[in-house]
Amino acid sequence: MKLSINRRTAFILAGAALLAAFVWVLARSGPLAPVRVTVTQVVRADPAPMLFGIGVVEARRSYLVGPTGAGRVRQVAVDVGDVVRAGQLLAEMDPVDLDQRLASTVAAAARARNAVDTAAAQLADSSARREVAAANARRYDDLGGKGFVSSSVTEGKAQELKSAEAQLAGAEAALAGARQDLIRFNAERDGAQQQRANLRLLAPADGLVTARDAEPGSTVVAGQAVLRLVAADSLWVKLRLDQNRSAGLQVGLPAEIVLRSRPGQVLAGKVARIELLSDSVTEERIAQVSFDTPPRDVSVGEMAEITLRLPGVKQALVLPNAALRQRGGKTGVWVQAADKLSFVAVRAGISGADGSVQILDGLKEGDAVIVHSERDLVEDSRIKIVSALGGS
Amino acid sequence: MISLAGRDILHSWGKFVLTGMGLGLLIGATLTMAGVYRGMVDDARVLLTNSGADIWVVQKDTQGPYAEASSIRDDAYRGVLGLPGVAQAASVTYLTMQVRHGDTDERAMVVGFEPGQPGEPAYLLAGRRLLRGHYEAIADVKTGFRLGERIRIRRHDYEVVGLTRRMVSSGGDPMVFIPLKDAQEAQFLKDNDAIVSDRARTAGNPALNRPGVPGLLDAVNAAQTINHSVNAVLVKVGAGATAEAVAQDIRRWKHLQAYTREQMEEILIAKLIATSAKQIGMFLVILTIVSAAIVAFIIYTMTLGKIREIAVLKLIGTRNRTIAGMILQQAMGLGLIGFVVGKISATLWAPAFPKYVLLETADAMRAFVIVMVVCALASTLAIRAALKVDPATAIGG
Repeated sequence: MKLSINRRTAFILAGAALLAAFVWVLARSGPLAPVRVTVTQVVRADPAPMLFGIGVVEARRSYLVGPTGAGRVRQVAVDVGDVVRAGQLLAEMDPVDLDQRLASTVAAAARARNAVDTAAAQLADSSARREVAAANARRYDDLGGKGFVSSSVTEGKAQELKSAEAQLAGAEAALAGARQDLIRFNAERDGAQQQRANLRLLAPADGLVTARDAEPGSTVVAGQAVLRLVAADSLWVKLRLDQNRSAGLQVGLPAEIVLRSRPGQVLAGKVARIELLSDSVTEERIAQVSFDTPPRDVSVGEMAEITLRLPGVKQALVLPNAALRQRGGKTGVWVQAADKLSFVAVRAGISGADGSVQILDGLKEGDAVIVHSERDLVEDSRIKIVSALGGS
Repeated sequence: MISLAGRDILHSWGKFVLTGMGLGLLIGATLTMAGVYRGMVDDARVLLTNSGADIWVVQKDTQGPYAEASSIRDDAYRGVLGLPGVAQAASVTYLTMQVRHGDTDERAMVVGFEPGQPGEPAYLLAGRRLLRGHYEAIADVKTGFRLGERIRIRRHDYEVVGLTRRMVSSGGDPMVFIPLKDAQEAQFLKDNDAIVSDRARTAGNPALNRPGVPGLLDAVNAAQTINHSVNAVLVKVGAGATAEAVAQDIRRWKHLQAYTREQMEEILIAKLIATSAKQIGMFLVILTIVSAAIVAFIIYTMTLGKIREIAVLKLIGTRNRTIAGMILQQAMGLGLIGFVVGKISATLWAPAFPKYVLLETADAMRAFVIVMVVCALASTLAIRAALKVDPATAIGG
């Protein structure tokens, strides 16, 4: 009989253990199980917002150097990476017949100078003839007055004088014409020289050659670049910021620039310019951020990540932004008070760089608020507060 | 009155309990199979709930974004936002891809969303929400990523700043949430070799690389690399508007397809997971039949093992009702132990499954009733055998 009692006890124990395990399982899972959550309190802190965007290193001043008319490239004097000074010869276009035309205009100008000399000589000759004619006319006029010569002779001499005066006027006009010709031919020669010089492509400013787009022998059209230059001391970053995260952007904000080529290094800079036009397609604002000290060996077109720190708010009520939930079209938080959960709509202010968010109204300091949860919560959720949930 | 069944069980309780536990493990497997089926359906529902949308706007004549590929312009949301009854509308992208994590690849569904808009994870398990417009990620805890880790999607590194839970695609892939612009780039950006060879191909096309038109080639190349597509627009309707009315407006005036929550659920559950659900359902039916047969056979053989004792009982004049009651009580007891062990084991091993296993209480109740009915039915077989026993076998042998 004793054996039987032992067996009975063992059986009851086994049954009790099974029942306990069953109850434990029911309490741990399914609808009766509590939702594990973490809780924090609304505190006062100094949230400082941050703006983050990506940008591309660009040159503030860049130059496309090319011919003003279509032509063939004769020589290219510099290569990519060369540092050039303002006025330095970079490339030259093939002049085709321009040299010959220049020689022709030079010759024409010289000839015009000779023509001026000829006209001047003719003027001198005409002037001498007129003087002789004037002296003769005066003399014969006297003689005619005294009756020594016939009036027909006197009139003949007067006519000679008029003729010589007309010739003089003609010679003067010829000289003026020759002078104008000279100016014209000189101008034509100068023009041809200018055109010739225009085929020499000179550096418009000090800079660095970034591209050599045409080689000697290739044909380019007007406006097409043969070489591209940038002013190497004018590098900055063209920053693109999402419009909905660009509030507070202003000129002079300090910036932290991280270039893709050196992710561990933070370069200091500041917002140099904000463009009034934002990109309506990508919904981004555009600003230029300059380096405080331009880094060496940075490449134009390189991607950069830029963080701007905005002045924060002092002694504001803050919560971790993970606490904010959407419910019924409202933004709010789950507040835990006296072991009950209630959803309280709040108005959120600025977001701090540390993941905090300013609470403008709806909560007061010290309120206990659910931050993380295993599941979405409802009013009658049973919760179990833990210090941290999995994965952290 | 002493319980004949209790005395008999006590006589060999170890055997009884072990049999019950074996049966329990079988019931546990059946319950788990039901849980796998429920989990699949629940994954689909949770996918819809977590997106927080009332209407899904996708490419015309498609059933996107989950069941089919859908591609619409990323400014489509502006037109939708202007319709009456629309409270919120935001573009989203979904793409199942490999996410590089250290030296391994994790398969994940990468979701591009606008912070504060529909599509954002509703709750976090740890960490914070996105602060930056680029290169931050919130990952489902099933991905195995940890806070602060860096993961690689295509050519960019992302920092995991938050973790969430139960955010999976209809195929069970855990989700990784990244900013919409990054996701658009990740979805449509080709690798560098492809870009370079594309440029060369364009430059080799005389129609696109004309000597007399400088800049044309650059313009064509630029046009080829930008992309303004998203997969869907999620819409939340305002108070006083019904989702169906707004969806009709969108279909009629925006020339886009719009699905309400009910229609989307229909697409996901009736179309996307229908075949695999039926597969599991079929297996569940077979498993239930097999379990019932095994229970019946166990009880039958248990009774046959006690045939001599039953004969003795009959010889000393025990009534048939008492004998039948003993067998029935034992069968029910076995069923009860089996059910309890099954429920415990299923609950214990369910979290270890790679995909979600949902053990519903209603399923458990149903299983309990089925187990009890099957045990009762099975015991009739044994009772028949017991009642037919000739009392003479007790002494004859």
